[in-house]
Amino acid sequence: MNDWSQALSRHAAAGGETAGTITGNRGLQIEEPLLFEQDSPGKCGVDLPAEFPASPAFKSRLGGLERKGPIGLPGLSEPQIVRHFTRLSQKNYAIDSGLYPLGSCTMKHNPRLNEKMARLPGFADIHPLQPQSTVPGALELIDTLAHWLKTLTGMPAVALSPAAGAHGELCGVMTIRAALTARGDPRRRILVPESAHGTNPATAAECGYGVESIPANERGRVDLAALKAKLGLDVAALMLTNPNTCGLFETEILEIAEAVHKAGAFFYCDGANFNAIVGRVRPADLGIDALHINLHKTFSTPHGGGGPGSGPVVLAAELAPYAPLPWIVHGADGFRLVEHAAGQADDTIGRLKGFHGQMGMFVRALTYMMSHGSDGLRLVAEDAVLNANYLRVRLADVLSLSFPGTCMHEVLFDDRFLKDTGISTLDFAKALIDEGFHPMTMYFPLVVHGALLIEPTETESKASLDQFVVAVRGLVERVRAGDAASFQAAPHFTPRRRLDETTAARKPILRWRPEAEQREAAE
Amino acid sequence: MRYLPLTDADRRDMLAAIGAASIDELFADVPKAAQRDGLVDLPKAMGELEVERRLSAMAEKNVAAGSVPFFIGGGAYRHHVPAAVDHLIQRGEFLTSYTPYQPEVSQGTLQYLFEFQTQVALLTGMEVANASLYDGATACAEAVAMANRVTRRNKAVLSGGLHPHYRSVCETYARFAGNELDAQDPAPLLIKGAGGEDLAARIDADTACVVVQNPDFYGEIRDVSALAQICHDKGALLVVVVTEVLSLGAITPPGAMGADIVAAEGQSIGNALNFGGPYVGLFATRDKFVRQMPGRLAGQTVDAEGRRGWVLTLSTREQHIRREKATSNICTNSGLCALAFTIHLSLLGEEGLTGLARLNHAAAVAAAERLAEMPGVRLVNHSFFNEFTVRLPRPAAPVVEKLAERGVLGGIPVSRFYPERADLADLLLVATTETVTEDDIARFAAALTEVLQ
Repeated sequence: MNDWSQALSRHAAAGGETAGTITGNRGLQIEEPLLFEQDSPGKCGVDLPAEFPASPAFKSRLGGLERKGPIGLPGLSEPQIVRHFTRLSQKNYAIDSGLYPLGSCTMKHNPRLNEKMARLPGFADIHPLQPQSTVPGALELIDTLAHWLKTLTGMPAVALSPAAGAHGELCGVMTIRAALTARGDPRRRILVPESAHGTNPATAAECGYGVESIPANERGRVDLAALKAKLGLDVAALMLTNPNTCGLFETEILEIAEAVHKAGAFFYCDGANFNAIVGRVRPADLGIDALHINLHKTFSTPHGGGGPGSGPVVLAAELAPYAPLPWIVHGADGFRLVEHAAGQADDTIGRLKGFHGQMGMFVRALTYMMSHGSDGLRLVAEDAVLNANYLRVRLADVLSLSFPGTCMHEVLFDDRFLKDTGISTLDFAKALIDEGFHPMTMYFPLVVHGALLIEPTETESKASLDQFVVAVRGLVERVRAGDAASFQAAPHFTPRRRLDETTAARKPILRWRPEAEQREAAE
Repeated sequence: MRYLPLTDADRRDMLAAIGAASIDELFADVPKAAQRDGLVDLPKAMGELEVERRLSAMAEKNVAAGSVPFFIGGGAYRHHVPAAVDHLIQRGEFLTSYTPYQPEVSQGTLQYLFEFQTQVALLTGMEVANASLYDGATACAEAVAMANRVTRRNKAVLSGGLHPHYRSVCETYARFAGNELDAQDPAPLLIKGAGGEDLAARIDADTACVVVQNPDFYGEIRDVSALAQICHDKGALLVVVVTEVLSLGAITPPGAMGADIVAAEGQSIGNALNFGGPYVGLFATRDKFVRQMPGRLAGQTVDAEGRRGWVLTLSTREQHIRREKATSNICTNSGLCALAFTIHLSLLGEEGLTGLARLNHAAAVAAAERLAEMPGVRLVNHSFFNEFTVRLPRPAAPVVEKLAERGVLGGIPVSRFYPERADLADLLLVATTETVTEDDIARFAAALTEVLQ
């Protein structure tokens, strides 16, 4: 017997009234207690052999540090666990469920072939420290991925070890700092546009740089004059996202690059939005010195509820010598992994993570790339841009378009259409949840008020976009009808209604504790 | 193209709706000089069958760990992962969702992150844990950075027994942040004699933390209680690194020995070897330091109807709110690997985890005893969990190559990490998990005997 029924009845007591059911469940929405509330002490979801055969009564060699006392983990059987996590999964919205137009996140379909390939034993069941002679295929795969990334960006080198976009930024900015140090020209500042992702200034600060903000002009682009005014001998780099987070291509990018280089600084590009230009525009042709690519965005390795990602960084020739360890070289008898700073690797910034990078993500990304090919990838960018522009024209008359004209893969609206209605961007987004859609990115970028950033991606059909348009237009009609209360109370049909984030932050409860401990803490 | 739903007719209709004559018009903002007319020089689209064929051909060139007697660890361990784990993490609702920014439609992810945080806290014996970092090595570097913030000091003392990759990552991060590191000699304490390294003596007024791994890189288990006390007396924090998290099923957890921060690699539970990634960084600390923590945190709250629910919380620490003042630049972490960890650990439970740890230790004891019987082979460790170090009568790297030729993946030569250190060249790291059989140990011993002859 466990205390599951108890836990359930607690839920019913809390939620039963509004749910109108005895259990608190609502059809397919089933209440699910925490694992720790379902403990059947002594139960186990795996059957292990009792002893290692060779030494049924072995002498412990733990040096007297044997664990004393229980860990406190609950015991459950496999069916309970499968049901637990299945029920949890059903409380999530996902790309597989519907349109997920989260701007700047590129929530495109995740092909299942990618998953299948990543699970081949020759990729999934190999150890990073096996003799290199036993993993030639793994090195070949990494080298092939590198070739695709270099070709698509036109850049001569790529550092593959960064684990995510922000980690790639760290890598890029470190190589810039190393190159400047080697030049005997240490600089102190990094310029970041107002519209940048938060990771950009955070990265610059982590590398010891001061951060200065560049304003956007009335067209949603970098204000070139303001940039030029801030560029000086103390500026190490400009970190720019292009297409930018307003969903716009920086039309003056060549002039920006020229100005940056003229000032002796480097041009770092945040490649989060590479999906808009892949196969059509090469970052090298834009004067970019370093750019990270989120494999989990453009190349559809899944987002997995917040990772794992992978953030390779392509580097210009001047930065390439500073790339992090390890990397692959073509030796006389095949590929070789360089793991140490010595000889030609003397200038490296060093290691950024354990082992060799996110191999599982490399396999998925290469599978995706090979599936699309040069022709399919170009079409990815074109359809992504087409879909975003289609939403732009279908919604421009009801929402407030922040910047006129063509957008790239995402389109930015702001909250002027909600002015004086008592309805906020957040309320509007929550109402969209009730209509069966994941909301767009809200309140980002910061350059407009109450931003709504919509990125449909190329894997949405026209019918899917049309349904979304109908929903948004319908909601705007309700906004105009003055139905503020229903927006403010949204969402209504989700496993949980709006959650109290203020209390969560003020009195953080970050783990489960046994009830006895909870009572003690309260007293 | 099978992944693109638009038809040519759709494209025409949509362009007409937009009022554009061609797709090129939508790219008009791109400077002419940077526009490419043709395709990049890469192969064209392929069907599933063809892609599968090509990638399988690459995969088949590698020796899969499961196909041979396998004794490699060094911070990544081959364990049996129950079938339910991989099935559940591939549910589309987990696999294809994003960071749970909209909590009302992300309760599944948020609840498992809360469960993950609880499991990590219980396992490490700490009060609070975050929702994961990239891997153990970056978690270690983040721990050092956090200790600097907490103590307002800027020096870290690193034990020589710290995994060399972790040490290198700390060096890279510290160098660019302008912080100081005092890394001790990597020779195992055991070679250097009874005194070993005196970490306590390295602590001065600038020392923010001491970083020590347990079991250490060479497999030795250390009681760090006394060191913790000295750290605290001198105003520094103790960071304990765990690269084989399964060890916590058998040995005293860092929290019980006075650790202030635990940075660990969680790959061992739920996650495949994957040639080094993706893995999952575990990060735990004391309640009082929680606002200095890096990474995402899931927290408990209530919804508008008073029902218990979960949200991401304390985000004012994070880059998307605090920008250059954030505790870390981390955004995406290791959500799905954390889920695999949580499911596997749920399946194991108390009995399973401790039983699995005991099996691992028993297998390692059997392997260590067998190898130590061989002429010229000496067990270096006094204590160990599931990995130990032996000194061979000759350099270990060529021995490992010859073992591989005989179909045995027999450990890691320490020289792979420290090629410049002649005094470490004969050392071999050997890991033994529950996946190793008696027969594997016998084949390893036989092959090693042959190679050493």
